[in-house]
Amino acid sequence: MNNNIDWKKYLIVFLITASLFLTASYLSNYFGGQKINQLKAIQDKIAIDILSSETQFSLLSELSCKNISDSVFSSELGELGNKLEWSQENLGATEEVSYLKKYYSLLQIKDYLLAKRISERCKTKSAFILYFYTTAENCSLCEEESLVLSALRTAYPELRVYSFDYSTDLSAVSSMLQIYKIKDTALPALVIDEDVLTGFHSLEDLETRIQESFKLQGTEKASAEEQSTQ
Amino acid sequence: MDVVSSVVFYILIFLTVYVQIFFLVTFLENRRKIFIRGNELKLAKYPSVTIMVPCWNEERTVYKTVRSLLELDYPKNKIQIFLIDDGSTDGTWCAIKKFSKYPNIKIFQKENGGKYTALNLGLVHVETDFVGCLDADSFADKYSLIRLMSYFEKDPSVMAVAPSIIACNSKNIIQNAQKAEYHMSVFMKKMLGFIEGIHVTPGPLTIFRKKVFDDLGPYRHAHNTEDMEIAYRMQKNHYKIEQCNDAFVYTNTPATAKKLYRQRLRWIYGFLNNTIDYKSILFRKKYGHFSTFTLPAALLSICALIYVVFRLAYDLSHFLYNKIIEIKTVGFHFFAKSISFDPFFINTESLGFVFIFIYAWVIVSIILGRKMAEGKWKFSPGIIYYLTVFAFIAPFWLIKAIYNTILKRKPAWR
Repeated sequence: MNNNIDWKKYLIVFLITASLFLTASYLSNYFGGQKINQLKAIQDKIAIDILSSETQFSLLSELSCKNISDSVFSSELGELGNKLEWSQENLGATEEVSYLKKYYSLLQIKDYLLAKRISERCKTKSAFILYFYTTAENCSLCEEESLVLSALRTAYPELRVYSFDYSTDLSAVSSMLQIYKIKDTALPALVIDEDVLTGFHSLEDLETRIQESFKLQGTEKASAEEQSTQ
Repeated sequence: MDVVSSVVFYILIFLTVYVQIFFLVTFLENRRKIFIRGNELKLAKYPSVTIMVPCWNEERTVYKTVRSLLELDYPKNKIQIFLIDDGSTDGTWCAIKKFSKYPNIKIFQKENGGKYTALNLGLVHVETDFVGCLDADSFADKYSLIRLMSYFEKDPSVMAVAPSIIACNSKNIIQNAQKAEYHMSVFMKKMLGFIEGIHVTPGPLTIFRKKVFDDLGPYRHAHNTEDMEIAYRMQKNHYKIEQCNDAFVYTNTPATAKKLYRQRLRWIYGFLNNTIDYKSILFRKKYGHFSTFTLPAALLSICALIYVVFRLAYDLSHFLYNKIIEIKTVGFHFFAKSISFDPFFINTESLGFVFIFIYAWVIVSIILGRKMAEGKWKFSPGIIYYLTVFAFIAPFWLIKAIYNTILKRKPAWR
């Protein structure tokens, strides 16, 4: 019986296995990079959309609200949010993902300001929620609140939810935190109709508030129309 | 804890891939030596062979088993057949008595004592230089014996030759899954044969030189896996075992998940306990690849599978916990979520590519095994059944075998 072990073979197999892992790692980085590029492309498109909407709004400000359609709102903001969240979980909190997240926060703020202006001027049926959460520490209430907001968004398409990570290092986000006096000890926090709500709020709570918000808007719109006919 | 778990996970995955690459390299080195010989094979000499058929409640299959031996393409006067009834409680004894008129068949009856006792009774009466066994639920291919014996003729240092076992009469999903597994086994065993690392000389028609038993003693109980223990003993004593990929033996496989579970529990329990009994030969250069590759790879496969199962169970419980929280928080909401496919969400983690390699290699080895056994390049649905059925059932017998080993509980034969 041949008991000579071919150690060279063990070494070659080790090298092939290591090469296989390195190739897998290279492929993973390559596809990760492709995803980041895709995210960048979506963000650029959103930035153009928002700029275009702002310009359209400025151009039409002297005209009737009838000319302002829903198309001014960037429809891809939600999709981008989902993809960024997925990337953070699966690609890791890389510098690129953090950078894209900052950019995303900025786009959300711009979209919020524009949507609010359009809503105020044209009295369109809409509601806004600013949602502040954290990923820096384990925040189970934030996770639950996110579920509530996702359910609400599906139930009320007119509702626009803007989510901000407390730990995002961006002056615009810090300003919002200062404006609404939100502290990291009171997360999750929500801003609805300028009211700041801290801690977890159930689906029913928020639904009541949103419906009230819609009702108010209905009354405001009716009185505005009344005034215009007089 | 997460870091430790991830490190363990990566090490196990790396070693699993290492084992697969080892098989791949072995295959590439020896691929020209693998072929199925035609029916024209002739030997210079036809040594006498005794084939023992231990039976325990095998009245339904023993007739066909003996017929397959009588039809072997080997000089009839060179084959001695021992039919040994190990205290059957059904009509096995009547079934084998019908063969008593054949001049080359001897029948024995004894009290039930386990397969190894039946084989040892036969060994006492063996007068030939070669001896083998055929389980009474298996059937030898006409050309199997001559092909097995050709290995002894070619290399006098060969002490045992194991055949390729193929599942027959596969009717349901469980049996077709096993058929694919047996094909994979044909491939794996041949590769182990090339590196002289075979760790089991299966009950169905492994042929030994009688000298093996004269030198090393008879079969042992060996945790109900006497065919594994004798291979360990031979490896320990540097006795060469070969694998003959074109000597086919067909065997019936368990038809239900429960029967399969019991069979595999016995096998894995036997493997673990025989390895414990022979632990002194693990990672010892002088025992060759059997010690540095076969046994560590088999132990690794058990560890990796159990680890993966626990990890999947953890992930599943995490998912269920999140679902419960979701239902508790927002209730049952069947909102029309967009189900459009977006390739962005395809996971492109490096482990994903490694897993693709692992599964691809399992599929390729089943296909290669089938090619070696049937001469056909073909993908069968059995491969899918194997990957799914075994993924669900195998963890149970693995965990139970480890549990039994720790508590020293012996599983029943059937």
